[in-house]
Amino acid sequence: MLRPRTPEEAVAAVLSYGHGARGAIARGLGRAHGDAAQNAGGTVLDLTGLTRIRAVDAVAGLVVCDAGVGLHRLTQALLPLGWCVPVAPATRHVTVGGAVATDVHGANHPAAGSFSRHVVSLDLLTADGQVHTAVPGMPLFDATTGGLGLTGAILSVTLRLLPVETALMRVDTERATGFDDLLARFTAPCHRHRHTVARVDLLARGAATGRAVLVRADHAPYDALPPRVRRTPLALRPGGLPGGLPGSAGVAALLDGLRSRAGRPGTGRPLPLAAFLHPRDGLLRGHGRRGGFVRYEVAVGDGQEEALRRVVGRIAARGRAAGPGVLKRFGEAGPGLLSFPPAGPGWGFAVDLPASSGGLGRFLDELDEEIAAAGGRVRLAEDARLRPGLVAAMYPGLGEFRELRAALDPGAVFVSDLARRLGL
Amino acid sequence: MKDAFGAPQSLLVLGGTSAIGLATARRLIARRARTVWLAGRPSPALAEAADSLRALGADVRVVPFDALDPESHAERLGKVFTEGDIDLVLLAFGVPGDQARDESDPLAAVRVAQTNYTGAVSAGLVCAQALQAQGHGSLVVLSSVAGERARRADFVYGSSKAGLDAFTQGLGDALYGTGVHVMVVRPGSVRARASARASARAKASGAEGPVSEGPVSEGSASEGPVEAALATTPEAVATAIELGLRRRSETVWVPGALRVVMTAVRHMPRPLFRRLPM
Ligand SMILES: Cc1cc2nc3c(=O)[nH]c(=O)nc-3n(C[C@H](O)[C@H](O)[C@H](O)COP(=O)(O)OP(=O)(O)OC[C@H]3O[C@@H](n4cnc5c(N)ncnc54)[C@H](O)[C@@H]3O)c2cc1C
Repeated sequence: MLRPRTPEEAVAAVLSYGHGARGAIARGLGRAHGDAAQNAGGTVLDLTGLTRIRAVDAVAGLVVCDAGVGLHRLTQALLPLGWCVPVAPATRHVTVGGAVATDVHGANHPAAGSFSRHVVSLDLLTADGQVHTAVPGMPLFDATTGGLGLTGAILSVTLRLLPVETALMRVDTERATGFDDLLARFTAPCHRHRHTVARVDLLARGAATGRAVLVRADHAPYDALPPRVRRTPLALRPGGLPGGLPGSAGVAALLDGLRSRAGRPGTGRPLPLAAFLHPRDGLLRGHGRRGGFVRYEVAVGDGQEEALRRVVGRIAARGRAAGPGVLKRFGEAGPGLLSFPPAGPGWGFAVDLPASSGGLGRFLDELDEEIAAAGGRVRLAEDARLRPGLVAAMYPGLGEFRELRAALDPGAVFVSDLARRLGL
Repeated sequence: MKDAFGAPQSLLVLGGTSAIGLATARRLIARRARTVWLAGRPSPALAEAADSLRALGADVRVVPFDALDPESHAERLGKVFTEGDIDLVLLAFGVPGDQARDESDPLAAVRVAQTNYTGAVSAGLVCAQALQAQGHGSLVVLSSVAGERARRADFVYGSSKAGLDAFTQGLGDALYGTGVHVMVVRPGSVRARASARASARAKASGAEGPVSEGPVSEGSASEGPVEAALATTPEAVATAIELGLRRRSETVWVPGALRVVMTAVRHMPRPLFRRLPM
């Protein structure tokens, strides 16, 4: 494990260690659930030492920052200026580099797309020690966004930001009684919210399968603030709030507790931005293989709702899920060759399952077949168990990705356990 | 790479006709395993074993390997690792010996020791080095309950397994923290099924036969009551190995009840132990 603190040190590290027998892979904060940022026997380039926010254009809404900067710090720096990270995963403890390399998505995908759509340019350190600037439209850009670090190490990123008036979200919650109701409410045309996410109760079976709490949210305009908060509209509030707003425990309950009182339908509830965007930060820290859970995250396109229903139904029937499932809506995908959101509009579903529950591997293999048959896919950045034979069908861009990678990095200097396991 | 459940994609079986080795390979092929290397002395039985695994859909390759020729191990086994990562090395070779003959023919006894212990020390170290260079993978070594305490009935074999067992435990400690996982498997007496008998037949036909852990007991009349109660099958051992891989266990007894029984046996006074019908 190497932790360069400057781009020059990163270049030197790749040239001197990356060319060993087992190659190298970049790592951010290691939040990917699977083995995407692991490299057994080889070098791991921990890029969290690259921490400079190099430039902020507070007028145009652009930031140039090192890949190791965390979204948390970026938000802290930008929010007081009236700008916000345009796409946020459910945890803010990820790096900008990791967000680009896995092309993260948020609850606002239909409106905003995934993270890389907002990347204006990026600097990539490749196997030959050169630093290339990639911009949208270049094949190198398409291979790198969502490319799981396999094209090289992203050193810095120029990101277009989202203007916000306040640091609060206005949140509506409603309940869905079952799967059909859930999908209908999700796509109901009367709603114009920027963010929508549903927490699906996986204890509900039979007709109630798919019972869920839908959470819709928008960035609150200044006028909507409670009077007490108006003096500091852009202050970043991680937890409790003045003015009777729920603290972080309450927020977690609101967003995650399906049967709790807080989960009752409500409208216009103000929530701190971080608390809405990153609900999983308030919850248990354990995640991924290390926490004893296997994350299962899949997507299907529109028209394949039946496959999704069967998958959700089977997970519920098995009765071992650790907490609710998360359903999201996807809009148009970005150009990333291995990016997770599928080509057209569709659905994304994620759940944590305890790794120790017997027969889980086989069970998930069956779900994979179901998803693949429906033209869907499993998210590579979170995977630790997919059958390699299914990857090409799930990711039609894989062939092009492989060609590009072979040309760019013939010695396969950049390689991870994920790449070895799936033969990427 | 192994997946989140410890299921290997590629394995190397040392003792390519071993009933336990093949049962384990079959089981793992049903999971994630796609590449299987069978190492053993070239023989029709080895070719047949390879075909039987190919029929299950695996990419099976054979590599010549002779436990009694340690000088060749580094080159032969090293070559396997240059072709790609190996997630699991299963050290499954060994000969049961023939106690009566071995007692009267020291050279025959030495051959048992050289196969089961010396050969395993060399092959085990070669593979351990390669796994360490990879930074991941498991080395699973088939020891035996017979190695727990030498019995009158098979102490030549038992002592070779005792040595192998101690060696493997030490190796596991040496590799702790390197990413490589070492697991000792101690089966009770393995009851042969059809597949194992086939390899036993092959053994009888060849001059020396393929070196592989065949049936130690075939449920013959000489089998004592304790032994009979704790007998197991290659399939049961394979199941236990798969579970052990998932849990990253260091020691696996098959059947599991042996752990308790052998704790009692280990501490039994010798005069009593000697009279035990086993
Ligand atoms: C609680 C929790 C909630 C999550 N919620 C969401 C969610 O809502 N939406 C979503 O999309 N994701 C979500 N994720 C996944 C997470 O956002 C992504 O896995 C993210 O990539 C992790 O970033 P990281 O900096 O920790 O990267 P790591 O986990 O360290 O690395 C992930 C991948 O990115 C590569 N990488 C990292 N940095 C660089 C770099 N500088 N250059 C090149 N490659 C690099 C690595 O090689 C690896 O392939 C969640 C994860 C957790 C733990």
